[in-house]
Amino acid sequence: MSILLTKDTRILVQGITGSEGSFHTGQMLEYHSNVVAGVTPGKGGQSFQGIVPIFNTVKEAVEKTGANASVIFVPPAFAADAIMEAADAGLDLIVCITEGIPAMDMVVVYEYLRDKNTHLIGPNCPGVISPGIGKMGIMPASIHKPGNVGVISRSGTLTYEAVDQLTRLGIGQSTCIGIGGDPVIGTRFIDALKLFNDDKNTHAVVMIGEIGGSAEEEAASWIKKNFKKPVVSFIAGQTAPPGRRMGHAGAIISGGKGTAAEKMKALKAAGIHVCKSPAEIGAMVKKVMNVK
Amino acid sequence: MKIHEYQAKEILRKFQVPVPEGYVVFSAKEAVNAARKLPTEIAVIKAQIHAGGRGKGGGVKIAKDIAEVEAISQSMLGMKLVTHQTGAEGKEVKKLLIEQGIDIEKELYLGMTLDRSCSRFVIMASTEGGVEIEKVAAENPEKILKEWIDPRVGFQPFQARKLAFGLGLSGKQVGNAVKFMMGLYQTFNANDCSLAEINPLVVTKGGEVLALDAKINFDDSALYRHQDVADLRDLDEEEPLEVEASNYHLNYIKLDGNVGCMVNGAGLAMATMDIIKLTGGEPANFLDVGGGANVETVRNGFKIILADKNVKAVLINIFGGIVRCDRVAKGVIEAVNSIDVKIPVVVRLEGTNAREAGVLLRESGMDFIVADNLQDAAKKVVNAIKN
Repeated sequence: MSILLTKDTRILVQGITGSEGSFHTGQMLEYHSNVVAGVTPGKGGQSFQGIVPIFNTVKEAVEKTGANASVIFVPPAFAADAIMEAADAGLDLIVCITEGIPAMDMVVVYEYLRDKNTHLIGPNCPGVISPGIGKMGIMPASIHKPGNVGVISRSGTLTYEAVDQLTRLGIGQSTCIGIGGDPVIGTRFIDALKLFNDDKNTHAVVMIGEIGGSAEEEAASWIKKNFKKPVVSFIAGQTAPPGRRMGHAGAIISGGKGTAAEKMKALKAAGIHVCKSPAEIGAMVKKVMNVK
Repeated sequence: MKIHEYQAKEILRKFQVPVPEGYVVFSAKEAVNAARKLPTEIAVIKAQIHAGGRGKGGGVKIAKDIAEVEAISQSMLGMKLVTHQTGAEGKEVKKLLIEQGIDIEKELYLGMTLDRSCSRFVIMASTEGGVEIEKVAAENPEKILKEWIDPRVGFQPFQARKLAFGLGLSGKQVGNAVKFMMGLYQTFNANDCSLAEINPLVVTKGGEVLALDAKINFDDSALYRHQDVADLRDLDEEEPLEVEASNYHLNYIKLDGNVGCMVNGAGLAMATMDIIKLTGGEPANFLDVGGGANVETVRNGFKIILADKNVKAVLINIFGGIVRCDRVAKGVIEAVNSIDVKIPVVVRLEGTNAREAGVLLRESGMDFIVADNLQDAAKKVVNAIKN
């Protein structure tokens, strides 16, 4: 029914006592997500709303609660350390919401994760939701609906827009993943596509990219060779000027590379259904799934 | 964040990376004094603006003697320098770098940046110095040598030697180039740079290796731990509205169109610009007001958008998410009430309580044009301008 976040996922929240962390933990619990522990160094022994025990270290939280996934709301200066702590404790899934982690810190984190069996989602992302099962992140659960379309995106609110279009057309989602808008991220389009490829309950995928880098092009050539399900795509930033960072640290056209036009061309060449307008995403999925 | 060439060279000097002797000046008189201190009769005069392509635009000139230094400095200071990166209006030259002349034997390229495809930093070198490296990459990719940096050990001297020999250097040039590269790497690492580009890197007739030009950009996310770098920011080089927006913690980029837009989230903001264009309009800006979107951010957003006199209508596109839309609507009404908005405002709010939000906007007694979805919003704002 879903990837990454499943019925077996036992969630811990790093930074659970901060304002973001506590607000969104409340939201996650309201959506019946399986939040089993929180971590804030120095606040071990306390509890969140009397229901979620708080620990000083991730290791201790894992030992006492069997947590196997973490969602991170730690400020940027401490977030790289938090990710490595979670990986060191052997968690299968780490979702880092934090925006503004220095690229140099993330390069080190990326290296640290290389020989570990951990999926890192983000940083600078809305998180992961498997509708009907739970969410690890900051997305509004109410716009989602359980179903068979996987969503992968570099953006936050634009993902909500796409999901909302799907739900309004009666099309549910298996899992929605915001992979994040930074130049160094743990899970790229291809990593997520591999998981969707193996998931029986995902029948089609929506992939939302944006200007900057070449992840969409790399995904396109991988899809052409390996992916067995229909893919609908939109690339944001068709009107973005070169050399300017469009909000996300990774969204920049540099040296004439990373334009929306280039990406759309590569996606089309790989047989992907590319929407020119962000308002067409839902309708395109509907069309593609009916044809099947 | 970008800095000037002279600032980049000062940083390099601190890390023992060889650069020509030079001084930054603000008047022709200072230019003459600076030129007198140089070890060479010939002086190079370089306009200090953030845009590239200065040479072609007349922003880099060679003076044979002091009289020429004075004349050239006089004409260059205050001129509007137009390059392919400044736009047609150009950029006013307010300071110059006066540098010694160099006996050039070879012009090379050296750069360091993040390779996003493998999440490692990479040092690139090429014999094709002095030209745009993007062009070399597109036409002769084999002419760019690359060494990826393993974050566990950092850039190693053997990698620098590979690059130096690969560039065809020999004798004492090799040792000097290796020292240069190690120094550039240290500079990059110690300052959280996002780009360091030495183009051209020159080899002199005497076998010295030094940075004839230097461009350094910094990772904005890391500025919090480099106050000395943050202090180098030159607000004169930035669009005033963008500076004001950054004071409000808003992410704003000015464009040339007439449809102002205010959106929460960078991806949705770009997509909103795209759909405006597809519907036949021209976006006036990129503005991401962040996830929350409350009265304060909406009001500040309006101030910034309306300060651009080209703007003939505004589209507010907020995907409420966890923030309830009726709250956002109240914020929009309050913000518009507190500043005098005379142009059409199209509002599209989506998410929790979107219907209640529409009612609030319609019953506010103000002339909001309420849109039901993204496409509808784009149509309505483009029509508002046509009428």
